[in-house]
Amino acid sequence: MSEKRRIRVIDTTLRDGSHSLSHQYGAQDIGRVAAALERAGLDTIEVSHGDGLGGSSIQYGFGKLTDQEALRAARAALHRTRLAVLLLPGIGVKEDLEMAYHEGARVARIATHVTEADISAQHMALAKEIGMEVIGFLMLAHMEPPAKVLEQAKLMESYGADVVYVVDSAGAMLPDDARRKVSLLREGLAVAVGFHAHNNLGLAIGNTLAAIEEGATVVDGCLAGLGAGAGNTPTEVLAAVLDRLGYETGIDLWAVMDAAEDVLRPLMPRPQVIDKAALSLGYAGVYSSFMLHTHRAAGKLGLDPRDILVELGRRRVVGGQEDMIMDVALQLAEKRAKAKGVL
Amino acid sequence: MSLRGGRSRETGADGKGKDGENLAVKVAILGTGNIGTDLLIKIQRKSRLLQAALFAGVDPASEGIARAREMGVPTSTRSIDAVLDDPEIRIVFDATSASAHMKHAPLLRAAGKTAVDLTPAAVGPYVVPAVDPELEGVCEPNVNMVTCGGQATIPMVFAVSRVAPVAYAETVTTIPSRSAGPGTRANIDEFTVTTARGAQMIGRAKKAKAIIILNPADPPILNRHTIYTVLEEEPDREAVAASVTAMVETVRRYVPGYRLKYPPVFDDRKVTVMVEVEGAGDFLPKYAGNLDIMTCAALAAGEAIARRMGEEKAEGGGRA
Repeated sequence: MSEKRRIRVIDTTLRDGSHSLSHQYGAQDIGRVAAALERAGLDTIEVSHGDGLGGSSIQYGFGKLTDQEALRAARAALHRTRLAVLLLPGIGVKEDLEMAYHEGARVARIATHVTEADISAQHMALAKEIGMEVIGFLMLAHMEPPAKVLEQAKLMESYGADVVYVVDSAGAMLPDDARRKVSLLREGLAVAVGFHAHNNLGLAIGNTLAAIEEGATVVDGCLAGLGAGAGNTPTEVLAAVLDRLGYETGIDLWAVMDAAEDVLRPLMPRPQVIDKAALSLGYAGVYSSFMLHTHRAAGKLGLDPRDILVELGRRRVVGGQEDMIMDVALQLAEKRAKAKGVL
Repeated sequence: MSLRGGRSRETGADGKGKDGENLAVKVAILGTGNIGTDLLIKIQRKSRLLQAALFAGVDPASEGIARAREMGVPTSTRSIDAVLDDPEIRIVFDATSASAHMKHAPLLRAAGKTAVDLTPAAVGPYVVPAVDPELEGVCEPNVNMVTCGGQATIPMVFAVSRVAPVAYAETVTTIPSRSAGPGTRANIDEFTVTTARGAQMIGRAKKAKAIIILNPADPPILNRHTIYTVLEEEPDREAVAASVTAMVETVRRYVPGYRLKYPPVFDDRKVTVMVEVEGAGDFLPKYAGNLDIMTCAALAAGEAIARRMGEEKAEGGGRA
């Protein structure tokens, strides 16, 4: 009998999931969620502001807690499960990474736009030097052809990444796209390949499975499918599906369902669904964390959020450019005022 | 040596005094990459006060060296050694790298030359010409040009803080990927930290954060910046808006492509200002406003230093 293939699931309820709560987790919430995830047997969980260390800002929304407070709250609840952090060079700085290590984080996920891998070299080098596992994150991977994704993944590998992820930040990838990119990375890299999905087109589980079939061995999820836009792959659903397919994840299915239902759901301000704004993100290929900011700008200027999102997609705006939401909204409002003036 | 001085001295359109004596200060540019070459072209085309006496680097095959030769500017591949060999050179623009400037700075100081540092080394104090046009707050023979993000955003932070105390400033700089050179990419952390520190020290925000984003869209987007400030109290909106508009005009005097995208947006105590920078297209393409603002600012700082040198000479050596 062949041994079951092992898939490592990294839960990011306390990082990507924090977008859904506008980064307002309290210390007690973090402690409870972290403890429930450890009980469920997750080997790694990610804890940071939704936009990574240093993300607490006007641009991305201030966190209720500092990154340090959030890490401390999680650390206090963990014994076996490893603690990961996310850092986007240009937003977080080396000092943040050193702080995270000091607070017990042992996995550094360093994220760049899919064409800009070379700005991760400095932070990957530091993470390696202080003894962290390094995971490279190539965001908005739907925007470039597979060969470009491989070229950039190789850069991250050369900087010391132990895993390189194809990240579908806009939830815009179709299963074939996920397959092509993951399989090319699997062939071209010596290190492991990961996949991070968003559910804006309802394909989070499907794309994650496609990636696993092509050789991805590390994948992300959030309890109850929390996360930016329509959310991430639901960790408990993924655990059930992978179990039925005969993969080994080390996750206790009943315990992870309990974590989603009993611990996380009471914290959710709204159900995580594919509403029209979330669907427009996937359709237009826009960074998922733009959603709530777009709702706010649209509300302020009396616009349809979909018009803003489609225009942002047309301009090929990248992750982190949340200031473009107000820029585009102001332009659309100006245009509308002019059109009315003519009539 | 002091850079402190009084009023400026008139020179003719050709950089010569009434009696035909050449008053232009001899300068060298270290570093023959994009920034160095663009700065050289600006000095040659626009400056009456500065004379490019040497363009020095290490790579004999660099495009910049070829351009300098075409323009008739003396070149060298002996880098700092060539600069130190020429006692007539008084101002040195360093467009190499932070680590190289750390080595150059003490040598230039010992040789009595003033350094305008375009790297993130920050050996000397930060200078933003819009905030301090005559470098009155500086008395070091080495000044640092912060970062391109800092040159574009700090004037806006200062414009707000001079009329209403700023508790917190946050700057978001988006750079077209093609104009982010290897130096910026390899030092993204220093870029982020230095920009924030500049917003605090020169922009006078009590706290500051800087965010840098690279956008690879093709055709390239223009270099743009969003400057958020949170004020200590409810602001006088008209006063803030007027100060911002006036400061944009001040920056435009030396960076013609700098412009406000929309009037400032007010949200209780928060003010949002958006600017974009179109480059002059001297050596670099127009979308590279981030590089243009650096060379424009360095030129403005170099000219302020040259004016002081002229005054010191006039005061020390009697009237011409």
